[in-house]
Amino acid sequence: MTPITSPRNRGDRPRAGRVLTYVLVIAIALVIAVPVAWVLLASLKKKSEFYGSPWTLPDGLHLQNYIDAFVTAHMGQYFFTSVLVTLLGLVFVLAVSVPAAYVIARYEFRGRGIIEMALLAGLFVNVNYIVVPIFLMLVDWDRALIDVLPGGFFIDNPAVLSLVYAATSIPFSIYLLTAYFRSIPASYEEAASLDGASRFQVMTKVMLPIARPAVITVILFNFLAYWNDFIIALTLLPGDGKTLQVGLLNLMTAQKAAADYGRLYAGMVIVIVPVLLLYAIIQRRLIEGMSSGGVKG
Amino acid sequence: MATTLSTPPSDTSAPKRSAGRPARRRGELRFVLACLLPALVLFVLFMVVPTVNVFRMSFFTWSGFSPDMRFVGFDNFVKLFDDQQFVRAFQNTVALLVVVTVVTMGSGLFLAAIMTRQRLRGRNLYRFVLYIPNVLSVVVIAAIFSAVYDQQNGLLNGTLRLLSLDGLQQVWLGDQDLVLWSVAISMVWQSLGYYMVLYMSSMASIPEELYEASGLDGASTTRQFFAITLPLIWQNLRTTLTFFVMSAVNLSFVLVRAMTGGGPDGSSEVLLSYMYKQAYTNSSYGYGMAIGVVIFAFSFLVSLLVSRATRREPLQF
Repeated sequence: MTPITSPRNRGDRPRAGRVLTYVLVIAIALVIAVPVAWVLLASLKKKSEFYGSPWTLPDGLHLQNYIDAFVTAHMGQYFFTSVLVTLLGLVFVLAVSVPAAYVIARYEFRGRGIIEMALLAGLFVNVNYIVVPIFLMLVDWDRALIDVLPGGFFIDNPAVLSLVYAATSIPFSIYLLTAYFRSIPASYEEAASLDGASRFQVMTKVMLPIARPAVITVILFNFLAYWNDFIIALTLLPGDGKTLQVGLLNLMTAQKAAADYGRLYAGMVIVIVPVLLLYAIIQRRLIEGMSSGGVKG
Repeated sequence: MATTLSTPPSDTSAPKRSAGRPARRRGELRFVLACLLPALVLFVLFMVVPTVNVFRMSFFTWSGFSPDMRFVGFDNFVKLFDDQQFVRAFQNTVALLVVVTVVTMGSGLFLAAIMTRQRLRGRNLYRFVLYIPNVLSVVVIAAIFSAVYDQQNGLLNGTLRLLSLDGLQQVWLGDQDLVLWSVAISMVWQSLGYYMVLYMSSMASIPEELYEASGLDGASTTRQFFAITLPLIWQNLRTTLTFFVMSAVNLSFVLVRAMTGGGPDGSSEVLLSYMYKQAYTNSSYGYGMAIGVVIFAFSFLVSLLVSRATRREPLQF
């Protein structure tokens, strides 16, 4: 991971190759950065400015687009739903995955092999394959409860969406955490239990703090997965309480009909900026977590 | 770390440790169950049961909300062969998979190699920029590319107009022959940086001496890449390739769903988006799930094939 510093200078390497490499790499970086930057800038343009050259800078800070997006297009309200669903999902997944991973890593019990195999197989089941049956199952539950709760409970419930997020990321989270717990020497736990700590205390007070790097990696990847998902949110929240991604999708559809670019670009910026900020803060950790935690599905 | 743990005098811990074995075993079992059950219940309820249901429902015809559910055996699967739209979705999926895999993996490897071998200035900045698409949501990427491909005021057509290359302007997402390529480009845009960063970090762990020694023997940079770099990161490459197949099947779906809706006229439909259409728009849940089974089998088979075809003796350094 740490770059190896070569003792020899590379002055003998052909200069042309080096220049070509720079050109290539900068070109690719531009191809990635320009469309994103373009959207950020375009979100400040007035309607008339969208016609003509796409390379002109905005005349001024036209913030009306943002007001339109936040208020008229309800992106402010959707933002809140997204934050709630993501946070709840993270709480759920940590609450169930950490203890399960710890027990799988540290205790001998019957059926452990089978459970591990099943979870490993779960890594290969992508949510997109199984959203339809999940949706039908929740509709079924709602129908069974119709006498008690005529309004329905499972569909259009942000907490249920969080629970589904958490459930579908259990295999990945347990996989990562188990591997980390196994790498911790047993002497810590032995010392703690000699000191009279209960099993639960050993897990929460001794092992959990040591496993912090793995827990953070789990949080980061799941945060991105929950915040960025739209397929499950689209299916399970068909009512008014949408998430940010679904709201943006609606803005896209509306733009195709009405050519209202400004509001769409402002909506995109609202979705992009929190993720980009977080990424800027934790990028090192994210990239290292990616290389140590294997490949995400 | 364990600051809240009190440290009792040693004599109190002695009787605890010699407590009866059965009681201890029972306590341990209870702890294991308490830790394991919540995760298992959620996993079974929202992953195992739905997965089993995909397979089960594929043998029925069912319109969703009516109780009328009829067992039809393999009829749904037989129907698939005569369904032109399904065949097209399958072809599109395979085409995207091949093109995007070859381009992403090929250029990812190449770029990672030159960036690792030539210590460019500002590597961290490139790495930061290249990884950006990976943290963006697919809806955002679809929206960005809709803006880039926009017929009148898009970045692409607008720039072409500016350069007086009006003849090259295209309806990027509205042309039946072009739309799949437009989708492929946005898929490569999304995943290239991720794989570059991944390969860069595994290439960085190859000892520098290997390159220096072979450089003294007169090996060219190209030769070094094929003789040293590639064999030494082979295991990593193999794993990413296997996973890439599955994630590309998914990415193609979410992108198509957000960007083109499968259009125009089904020319960018992929397997998963067609499954959705059958399930939700057409309310043919049984038929949709038969498509789901085909996707399961297909991506499993491709992953298995890739993993088999790339098997080599692992090399150590």
